[in-house]
Amino acid sequence: MITIAIGLSILLLFVVLFLLFRIGTLASIFRGSSQKAVGTTKTSNKVNSMLLLLFLIIGGIAFIWSFSASWDEMNQPVASVHGEWTDELFWTTMIIIGIVFVITQVLLFWYSYKYQHKDDKRAYYYPHNNKVELIWTMIPAVVMAILVFAGWKTWTNITSAAPADAVVVEVMGKQFNWMVRYPGADGKLGITKTSLIDATNEFGIDFSDPNAQDDIVNPLELHIPKGKPVLFKIRSRDVIHSVFLPHFRQKMDAVPGMPTKFWFVPTKTTSEMQNETGNAEFKYELACTEICGRGHFAMRYVVVVDEPEDYEAWLAGQKAFASQNPDVVAKFKTTAADQPATRLDAAAEEEKTEL
Amino acid sequence: MSSTDIAINQTDMHHGHEEHDHHHDLNFFEKYIFSLDHKVIAKQYLFMGIIWAFIGGFLSVLFRLQLGWPEATFTFLEPILGGWVQNGKIDPEFYLAMVTMHGTIMVFFVLTAGLSGTFSNFLIPLQIGARDMASGFMNMLSFWIFFLASIIMFTSLFIETGPAGGGWTIYPPLSALPQAIQGSGTGMTLWLISMALFIISQLLGGVNYITTVINLRTKGMSMTKLPLTIWAFTLTAILGLLSFPVLLSAALLLIFDRSFGTSFFLSDIYIAGQALSNTGGSPILFQHLFWFLGHPEVYIVILPTFGIVSEVIATNSRKPIFGYRAMIGSMLGIAVLSFVVWAHHMFVTGMNPFLGSVFMFLTLIIAVPSAVKVFNWLATLWRGNIRFTSAMMFAIGFVSLFISGGLTGIILGNSALDIQLHDTYFVVAHFHLVMGAAAFFGMFCGIYHWFPKMFGRMMDEKLGFVHFWLTFIAVYLVFMPMHYVGIAGFPRRYYNWTGFETFNMFTDLNTFISISAIIGFTAQFIFLFNFIYSMFKGRRATLNPWHSNTLEWTTPVNPGHGNWPGEIPAVYRWPYDYSKPGAAEDFIPQNVPFSETQSSNLPQERVLE
Repeated sequence: MITIAIGLSILLLFVVLFLLFRIGTLASIFRGSSQKAVGTTKTSNKVNSMLLLLFLIIGGIAFIWSFSASWDEMNQPVASVHGEWTDELFWTTMIIIGIVFVITQVLLFWYSYKYQHKDDKRAYYYPHNNKVELIWTMIPAVVMAILVFAGWKTWTNITSAAPADAVVVEVMGKQFNWMVRYPGADGKLGITKTSLIDATNEFGIDFSDPNAQDDIVNPLELHIPKGKPVLFKIRSRDVIHSVFLPHFRQKMDAVPGMPTKFWFVPTKTTSEMQNETGNAEFKYELACTEICGRGHFAMRYVVVVDEPEDYEAWLAGQKAFASQNPDVVAKFKTTAADQPATRLDAAAEEEKTEL
Repeated sequence: MSSTDIAINQTDMHHGHEEHDHHHDLNFFEKYIFSLDHKVIAKQYLFMGIIWAFIGGFLSVLFRLQLGWPEATFTFLEPILGGWVQNGKIDPEFYLAMVTMHGTIMVFFVLTAGLSGTFSNFLIPLQIGARDMASGFMNMLSFWIFFLASIIMFTSLFIETGPAGGGWTIYPPLSALPQAIQGSGTGMTLWLISMALFIISQLLGGVNYITTVINLRTKGMSMTKLPLTIWAFTLTAILGLLSFPVLLSAALLLIFDRSFGTSFFLSDIYIAGQALSNTGGSPILFQHLFWFLGHPEVYIVILPTFGIVSEVIATNSRKPIFGYRAMIGSMLGIAVLSFVVWAHHMFVTGMNPFLGSVFMFLTLIIAVPSAVKVFNWLATLWRGNIRFTSAMMFAIGFVSLFISGGLTGIILGNSALDIQLHDTYFVVAHFHLVMGAAAFFGMFCGIYHWFPKMFGRMMDEKLGFVHFWLTFIAVYLVFMPMHYVGIAGFPRRYYNWTGFETFNMFTDLNTFISISAIIGFTAQFIFLFNFIYSMFKGRRATLNPWHSNTLEWTTPVNPGHGNWPGEIPAVYRWPYDYSKPGAAEDFIPQNVPFSETQSSNLPQERVLE
């Protein structure tokens, strides 16, 4: 019953709108305005040009208001060294394009209003002016050159080689969660092979590699120390994912078959951030930003930044995968004959990672 | 040579017609379905484009419902979506499929085929003074192959496993492995077949456009007397011709990987409890191939609207376009540069950072010709005598949107800033403004402006204004706030953000965006009504309703096959002699010789008298 009522009233609305439209058309024929060239009738020009001006003013106010009202929320607190550089560069660029935005939009709407059609007026025949055109080609070119230079410097700094003493963490994406591996006391990650992956050995670690013996696999949270360079070695074992740490301004795709990396220096511990934001529940989060399937929106992993000594203590408390799963490691002992082949693979793997 | 042949044949036909000899009359199928007439083919493209635009827009409303009200239950969608809604919740994979299809439909089927297909076909012969396209048959073939591609893509919406769901960029391995997402099964196969056909259709069309412009220009129509529309369409066709084959190669390699066990894009994969034997492939290779088309593609979308908007702004400001040669130069610059910027979509894919620097440099250069275009449009408005037709309103809206969306490209093209913003809503806001909404505005601008030539009747201006204002406001209300969401880092293609504390805000803003999107979509029905109603009941058009200079307005109100009943008019001047001092009227059409306009000729034009 209600559906019919809604349907009927919508239908009625359409009928009313259609009648209004017909009346409008007939009235314009009666007034004779339909005899004039389109776009030269006084009222419609007045209304449209006035609306354009109003759009500029009201739209401008609404933009400024909504922008400042959202300011606190859109600025995620930053917690890495390079994040401060990129944030600064971002807002500097925003100011530059903001100036251009205001000038061009104001001119566009103001000219539209000011030079609206008048019957007794004639437009100014002005086909070109080479000097003016040269000037307004040069200005954007120079501004762009400056921006490119600033961006290039920042980019090269960010993507430079990681310091040798960086804390290494492997982050692996899979449908639909993240897995993390620490190299353990030797500081070296054991080699992995896709063919070795199973339900327990989810990384496919080759335990015939001595470097793999102390690897720590899949802790509950990803811990990293504050103030020290951290190198993420990133890979994926199924489709492309992307490691996104919004507070560290860090993003890098996880690509199957092609290890990637990203290094940064965290500047604030989780508890410092909890104080700064006034949110006792604050947690750094890791999210996926490359479409990867059904669970793309739910690939969350918690990252904890500790003071260096707390980090060391946490790391010491973690048990190596090999010691927790002796039966997995046992399988590799029996196939020791594979050893030479695996060594070769290891060298290849290492080279690939360096690229 | 071929041009002369056509001209002779057509003239003969018309002589026959005048003598009431009806032997050459075409039957219904020849005239309206398998027509060789460029004007009919253009209309066919336009109708298909409009149908696709409503489908694509409707999909966006569906997923905006999910994003605007993530906690709500949508039982009322069950009659439409069937099994894709379980207990009132949209299936997350179907959500991704809708996002994918929205992108594919809008970019390829509406803004490439619908836009270029309509206006290149319609305007090239009419504005250069030709009887028809160089090859009418190829032109017809182009449309019908596009139609076939459309049917296949449309069918994929209804299959059990759903349409392709890996994003419109279909990055493998996600798009290659049906185990990874349902949509990569039959849906993806149909997507690839449809796109392969689509590319063939685009190539057939493109070859035709370029050939026609080079060979069939009327007497006196030198390249520097061409309207900017024709320059834009030609460059668009060249871009398409050079870049679409690369997408075809990517699609073919992907088909091999999916069906024949090759490993072009696959390596070291363990999925669904099983290690795959593929090794040595590179997913990044696909991205390079895809974006080698993908980036020129955004210019394929926007260049035709540059031309349309330039033409409409000049006509309705009653002023010559400012810096005609600079406008051509900037379009050439954009066209060339568009081939060397593709990897700015790939700054954080693990590509060598040095390459990132190179592509950042090249990307930011492209801002210069774009800026020149905006300044020239503004200078054209300056001291004009502006007629606010519906087309002009959309042209002004276009410039505004192009500025708003284009400027943020300067941020995204900067690789250091792209680290944080890549694949966030900042990108979504950027490209929807600069190539989505702006291109749509350019298309509306063209439809309102050339409707009288297409159908011999005028569209209703008042409804046009209502349509413009609702759309313009809605577009800004949707995409401006989206930047804020993007700066906060909200990732794209998320079913919802509530699982993250970092993204646990802006819920009201997202609801607001969704409401604005629904209003914007609803407003398009005003256009649809106006379009269909005016086709049959609109006011009859006069010969030259906008007092425009270009050649299409020298044809009869309803031009037949062959466009001009008599001889094709010769061209003497450029198309922008508006408000020339000393002239009687404020416009001098291109076919008026200088000898007839002695009072207004400039000193250097005296010799041409």
